[in-house]
Amino acid sequence: MHIVVCIKQVPDSAQIRIHPVTNTIMRQGVPAIINPFDLFSLEEALRLKDKVGARVTVLTMGPPMAEASLRKALSLGADDAVLLTDRKFAGSDTLATSYALTSAIQKLAEEQPVDIVFCGKQTVDGDTAQVGPGIATRLGFEQLTYITKIEDLNLASKEIVVQRRSEGGVQVLKTKLPCMITMLEGTNTIRFGKMDDMFRAARYELKTWSRDFTGAEEAKVGLKGSPTVVSKVFVPKPRAEKAVMIQADGTSPDALAAAALDAIFAAQPKLADDLLARAAAGL
Amino acid sequence: MSEPSKPQGRKFQLPEHLKVYQNVWVIVEQERGIVHSVSLELLGEARKLADKLGVEVGAVVLGAEGPDLNRICGDAISYGADIVYKVTDPVLADYRTDPYCRVMTDVVNTFKPEIVLLGATTLGRDLAGAIATTLVTGLTADCTELDIYLDNRSLAATRPTFGGTLLCTIQTLAYRPQMATVRPRVMAMPERDDSRTGRVQEVYPNLQEESVVTKVLNFIADREQNEAQLAFADIIVSGGKGLGKVENLKLVFDLAKVLGGEVGVTRPLVQAGWAGNDRQVGQTGKTVRPKLYIAAGISGAIQHRVGMEKSDLILAINTDPNATIFDFAHLGLVGDALTILPALTDAFGRRLSVNRMAG
Repeated sequence: MHIVVCIKQVPDSAQIRIHPVTNTIMRQGVPAIINPFDLFSLEEALRLKDKVGARVTVLTMGPPMAEASLRKALSLGADDAVLLTDRKFAGSDTLATSYALTSAIQKLAEEQPVDIVFCGKQTVDGDTAQVGPGIATRLGFEQLTYITKIEDLNLASKEIVVQRRSEGGVQVLKTKLPCMITMLEGTNTIRFGKMDDMFRAARYELKTWSRDFTGAEEAKVGLKGSPTVVSKVFVPKPRAEKAVMIQADGTSPDALAAAALDAIFAAQPKLADDLLARAAAGL
Repeated sequence: MSEPSKPQGRKFQLPEHLKVYQNVWVIVEQERGIVHSVSLELLGEARKLADKLGVEVGAVVLGAEGPDLNRICGDAISYGADIVYKVTDPVLADYRTDPYCRVMTDVVNTFKPEIVLLGATTLGRDLAGAIATTLVTGLTADCTELDIYLDNRSLAATRPTFGGTLLCTIQTLAYRPQMATVRPRVMAMPERDDSRTGRVQEVYPNLQEESVVTKVLNFIADREQNEAQLAFADIIVSGGKGLGKVENLKLVFDLAKVLGGEVGVTRPLVQAGWAGNDRQVGQTGKTVRPKLYIAAGISGAIQHRVGMEKSDLILAINTDPNATIFDFAHLGLVGDALTILPALTDAFGRRLSVNRMAG
């Protein structure tokens, strides 16, 4: 069985700062990590490898520095790693990205047919959740998003049974390989790498693929291949009136709290009535 | 962050053959006869966009034929649709990506809407990503604001970007339809108007169950509905990094309890493992619109702001008088949440219990 796990290197969003004067992103010094949502899918792929045997290839599209994320995935137990990198890919939106990644997956399938593609539920920098479905649609794979559990995988019949989070409950779905899976967060915990995998990861000769190599058409990648146009990036305006600051005689918490209560009830008399009515009813 | 680059060979003009695309659509999400509230919210938003463009609102309702589906078609009209595309087939009884994607692709290609909106739910995001690919068009996820640029009749979809630190406006200029998803509670629920009238266009896709690989074996309904409680709570008390340590989250719970409200947290707290992501308020968590939102120790990052700024009344408590949150809170209190929260709990407790005795 051949499993491809698509990962993305992202800035650690908890550490992004905005320049207070220019309102631009300060990227310097922000560490790059594997998109946290991807780790749940990578772990699930590695569990399938442990259980039924599989070759796990990690694939990422990004600048050359994304190599670090691939080596990290190798150190956790992935067998192979492909870096899809080309300046022509710069500026790709989700449609162009899923096209480029699909071209690489098809290239991988020439070596060994791909049975499962794992993607992260979404990234923490883009938050779109669109690339996984885009890849599944392009490959004609069954699309299984927000998976909470792989109940069963039968390699002989190529059948897979999964639990999928949906609104108000869980769907139990039975389908056939090949499929594209995105795992819901919290469904597993990424393992620690083994020592020999770490050594192997450090020595591994990365496959670096360009647009030419995968055969992706130039017109369908990068800005040219992206239907969406970012027309404006901005900081939201403050409300016209600034917050009314609550003052009290002295700065004791009790005095401030009492003043806050008065301000809340003055601003929202109906809320006060509701609360008092509820309290009176003993709720 | 100024003007976007305009590389050669990139199309910004709508080709002539795509100008026939017209009307604003909402794909109405229904499962087991229940319409997701986000679909009704989107019908209200579609109404505003369609009125600006001078076109009609279309609602697409997919499912198996039956009384539920007919009721939902009527609801769609009451909430703002002019025309309902009622797409019925036994194969569409349960949501599955492949048949829904095939049918929606055909329906869009046949009736040619200029805008297609979906809820950013597990169903909406799953389907939107698939059909934007088959239709080869632009899709903007999790929009917090939708508008029309009248000079070129294009949809301006605004969403947080860079991990929720800035907002950006995204457009699909040279492709149709223009697609967007919106999270629940981001748009206001429109008033139901049963006097509205509309047309129903029946569509029979004639699907074959044998052609669908994925089968639904079972549906296990959730027993707890925590998430719904937070999204629809009247009062929410939320905590952020300013609380210092996880033990202090108890102060937030105490105040919420006295008020009969729900507890929310910011993304850093979820990332630190202090609370589950079902309590996260913000772009990647829940969008809420309570009557009262108390933000304790929250600085006011954009990704949090977009999830709560539509609250009726926001009280922010922060030690830093220059915290961003005071830019959009209605009431501000400069002070330490660790001492203010218990004082508020006491004050509300006393005020409310006095009334109980009097009552």
